Amino acid sequence: MNSKIMNHKNFLYIYIVLFISFFSFNSYTAYSADANDNNKLDIGGMIMHHILDDYQYEITHGVVIPLPIILYVENEGLTVFSSSNLFDENHKPLKEGYNGVYYDHGKIYPLDESTSYIDLSITKNVFFLFITAALMLVIFLLVASKYKNKMETPKGIQSLFEPLIIFIKDDIVKPNIGPKYERYLPYMLTLFFFIFFGNVLGLLPAGANLTGNIAITMVLALITFFMTNLSGNMNYWKHIFWTPNVPNIMRIIILPIEIIGVFTKPFSLMLRLFVAITAGHIVLLSFIGMTFIFGSYTVGVMSSLFAVALNIIELLVAGIQAYVFTMFSCVYIGLAVEEEHH
Amino acid sequence: MDLLTPGTGLIFWQLLIFGTLFVVLSKYAWKPITQSLKEREKFIEDSLDSAKRAEEELINLQNKNEQLLSEARKEREKILSEAKKLSTSMKEEAKDNAKEMADKIISDAKKVIESEKNNAMNDVKNTVAELSIDIAEMVIKKDLSKDSSQKKYVEDLIKEIKD
Repeated sequence: MNSKIMNHKNFLYIYIVLFISFFSFNSYTAYSADANDNNKLDIGGMIMHHILDDYQYEITHGVVIPLPIILYVENEGLTVFSSSNLFDENHKPLKEGYNGVYYDHGKIYPLDESTSYIDLSITKNVFFLFITAALMLVIFLLVASKYKNKMETPKGIQSLFEPLIIFIKDDIVKPNIGPKYERYLPYMLTLFFFIFFGNVLGLLPAGANLTGNIAITMVLALITFFMTNLSGNMNYWKHIFWTPNVPNIMRIIILPIEIIGVFTKPFSLMLRLFVAITAGHIVLLSFIGMTFIFGSYTVGVMSSLFAVALNIIELLVAGIQAYVFTMFSCVYIGLAVEEEHH
Repeated sequence: MDLLTPGTGLIFWQLLIFGTLFVVLSKYAWKPITQSLKEREKFIEDSLDSAKRAEEELINLQNKNEQLLSEARKEREKILSEAKKLSTSMKEEAKDNAKEMADKIISDAKKVIESEKNNAMNDVKNTVAELSIDIAEMVIKKDLSKDSSQKKYVEDLIKEIKD
């Protein structure tokens, strides 16, 4: 029993060390290559390159997976081609572009300014979106299959996720939404694990900054927004438009505040997750980047230690942000479905 | 794709993938998981309940047993004491009865004796009287001039009576 615990601990240490070293190595290679190209430090560029979306998946410098570019061009229809067509053999973007578009610093632009198109490309983040979804499907369908034999004690992967599911059900969804919680439970479970998996995958070496992308957080916040307002009962709308137990003059002042409040709630959800994850990545990369700015072993060792500590904190943040997003979604829905009480 | 402007492509894919993920997981993961969790919860609750009930029943049974035992004990004591009482009372009664009977027999005997004695006395008295009358008659009937004859006569009379 004791040795088993020790084993787990050792695994955890090894995991963390590997985790950090991978991360540092990737950042290092990314940086050094850049430095060779331009002969100057561009830590900011390196960080933005990591934070932002891209049309190719760069595992480390030189190891690039081209991703499909999908464009819906007006009057022409769908065009699909590999992003590798936009680069020459040295991974330099081609000036003349391909299929009417050219690549520049993580973005594509039309060669002819007048053409308008909708960009539905499988970018780095979309690629990670697929990975996250696939991972969730595999894990949770596997977990669900273990429940076939209903009265068995949880084993393996099931006992890893069952406490989390019970925690979300009993400590986040149930107390915040109230008696009607079961309708919203599937969404909240999906939401929590999507954010959590996205966060953790983003921390992995060569992981994309998925949950630190504003489009992702915006969609999640919008779903919560629509869910909240579509399930709002009479009591909820009354509190917004005709706040009970206040004088009429106050109602005039409260009304705009309440209406603004309807929109600030999802807005805060969107920004909180985006900022927390993006800021975490920026700070982490900044610490690693410091080594190369100062070019000193002392700073290198110190900033690496800081990066290790930060990475552990980021793991914590990954869980906390998933918890907070889910909890606030539940609180907002809970306010919308709450029955009148006196 | 700047930091703060959401890309349309990403919004589209996020909606599509998250939506699909939600639908698939709801149906094939969350539903069976939450359902069996609920069932397990209910099962545990029921088991605990029935265990509690069984315990209560056991305690009840024990109490009942004890009650029965104590009742039986009381009953036994009661029966015993009653029997004792009965036996003593029976003894007393028997004694009393015997005494009464004895007394009665004695008093009856006394009465009988008394009455027999009285009867005997009456008989004696009657006989004496009759004898006296007879003697007197005979004396009167006979010439009692001579002393010797008188004496002889009395002797005869006595002899007669004796017979």
